[in-house]
Amino acid sequence: MAACSVEALLAKAEQEEAEKLKSISVQKELDLEFDIGNLLACDKNRIDLREFREQKKEDFLRSLARDNTQLLINEIWKQPTERVQEAIVVKLPDPATPLPREKPPPKAKPPTKWEQFAKLKGIQKKKKTNLVWDETRVAKNEYNRLKNIARAQKGKVPVMGLATSTQQSKEELSLAVSVAKTSTASAGRFQDRLPKEKAPKNMGKKRKFEPLIGDFSNERHKQLELLKLMDGKKPKLDITKAVNKQMREEDREEAAAKYKKRAGKKGRKGGNMSGKGKGKGGKGGKGKGGKAGGGGGGGGGKRRGKPGKH
Amino acid sequence: MKNYFKYRKPKTKRSKRFLESRAPKLIEDVKTAMIMKGGNTSQTVTQALKDIVSSNITRPFEDSTSLEFFSKKTDSSLFLFGSHNKKRDHMPNDVCVTVSFVLFAGRLFDFHVLDMIELGIEKYVSLSDVKASKCPEGTKPMLVFAGEAFDTDNEHKRLKSLLLDFFRGPTVSAVRLAGLEHVLHFTALDGKIYMRSYRSLLKKSGCRTPRIELEEIGPSCDLVLRRTHLASDDLYKLAHRQPKALKAKKKKNISHDAFGTKFGRVHMQKQDLSKLRTRKMKGLRKRKGNVVAEEQDGQAPKVAKEAEHTE
Repeated sequence: MAACSVEALLAKAEQEEAEKLKSISVQKELDLEFDIGNLLACDKNRIDLREFREQKKEDFLRSLARDNTQLLINEIWKQPTERVQEAIVVKLPDPATPLPREKPPPKAKPPTKWEQFAKLKGIQKKKKTNLVWDETRVAKNEYNRLKNIARAQKGKVPVMGLATSTQQSKEELSLAVSVAKTSTASAGRFQDRLPKEKAPKNMGKKRKFEPLIGDFSNERHKQLELLKLMDGKKPKLDITKAVNKQMREEDREEAAAKYKKRAGKKGRKGGNMSGKGKGKGGKGGKGKGGKAGGGGGGGGGKRRGKPGKH
Repeated sequence: MKNYFKYRKPKTKRSKRFLESRAPKLIEDVKTAMIMKGGNTSQTVTQALKDIVSSNITRPFEDSTSLEFFSKKTDSSLFLFGSHNKKRDHMPNDVCVTVSFVLFAGRLFDFHVLDMIELGIEKYVSLSDVKASKCPEGTKPMLVFAGEAFDTDNEHKRLKSLLLDFFRGPTVSAVRLAGLEHVLHFTALDGKIYMRSYRSLLKKSGCRTPRIELEEIGPSCDLVLRRTHLASDDLYKLAHRQPKALKAKKKKNISHDAFGTKFGRVHMQKQDLSKLRTRKMKGLRKRKGNVVAEEQDGQAPKVAKEAEHTE
């Protein structure tokens, strides 16, 4: 009993297999010739003219085409397949049918003078890479990229006047405000002010010129004053003042230099050394004689010249 | 004509690239086709031309302009020229005029006509006449040629090669399985060539390979082979010459015999045949007792060692 059922099962399985294959198998006298690289199939079997004339032409042709296409597909499915980005793709071999070329194959170019020389000497061509890894550029790019992202997401972008987002002094804030105010198309001329905000001084013009033809009396007065000054014996330049100014400047420079040195060495704020005081006491003082003052003034003048050179 | 184009030296990089693209290459690009219509083409022929190429490019030209000149201008090596001519048959009693639609299909080699075949269109069904969903443009079609003529008749063989050139599309290394939709079927039968265009549907078949069902789409025509202007055998051979660089490199010292067995040659240094150790024959070995055997004894372990190595 069991044997019978097993046999029956086997027979059934065979039948099923045959049926499955039946759907894709095609009977032909002669096998088709395939050129898979060109997706080409050639059917050399004789076509029965009588059959063709009996049946409807289109149906006959269609069934013939179906059979041939089925055989071609069977052949294509035998090729190796692979998966490429969610699609299954079958690898085609090279086309087998020889087809004429468009143009004759290119002729080998005769080697140039350099090529001949290089061959003779055994010089090989070295490829230069003109892209070099640059750390600083990379860092800068990265910084700019992050800035762009921050700007795009309307995050905190450091503003001109405020470098840090921590505690700012009153001066810094006012500077930031003034910078922000002037950063408009009309350079801040039409910006509204807060109720208690003071009007900014020295806006716009940095120099004031008298109108060309205006106040005649004023102009006349000014010209006469000028002539008086030029005629007068008193020197316009207050020499002591000039000297003191010069000395103060120099002291300040020295102090700054020392401060930098100190800061570099020990990181302490040396700052206000007594260099200033020394200088004042040591060098000229007030109320020296005119000549001495003149000499000092001349010397001061000379000294003034020197820094100018540097 | 050739020299006119060669004299020009490229002055810009762009022109240089252009000329290089037109120059002969080792591995050639896809062949492009010129579609032309003659002076008196009819609606049918124009429709036929458009459908075959599914584009709107038709270049009308006067008969005086040379085909070859045009091919140089457009850098195409295939052409399709449609027209219709009226033939007057002077029968004894009446004059009948037969109007036939004609298609000239051909290809060029080095800007000279290689093959040219005149095909008469007997019946034509255009794309628009057939109501069915079409294949997307640009799919590489499967080509099937049926009929003995394509194998036996010379002219048919050339026609087959020409049609293959026309329709095969760019050579690709791989094809999407689901994209194998378009089938062009040519049947040579009864003196005519039936061209039919189908869309293939891949149905479940129970096993890995699908079952094919066809749905007719696209243009279909019944063609008759008329005059042919085929290249001589020499020119044809010349056109097929492939550059040496493309030839597959043959591996040296490997040969195959008639049965397909692979043979290889191994080159060895000169061997001293007297010192060769062949298979050990235990029976031939002298016994340990003999004097001669002493020598052998000395050698025996050596033999054993070597045998181990060789085996």
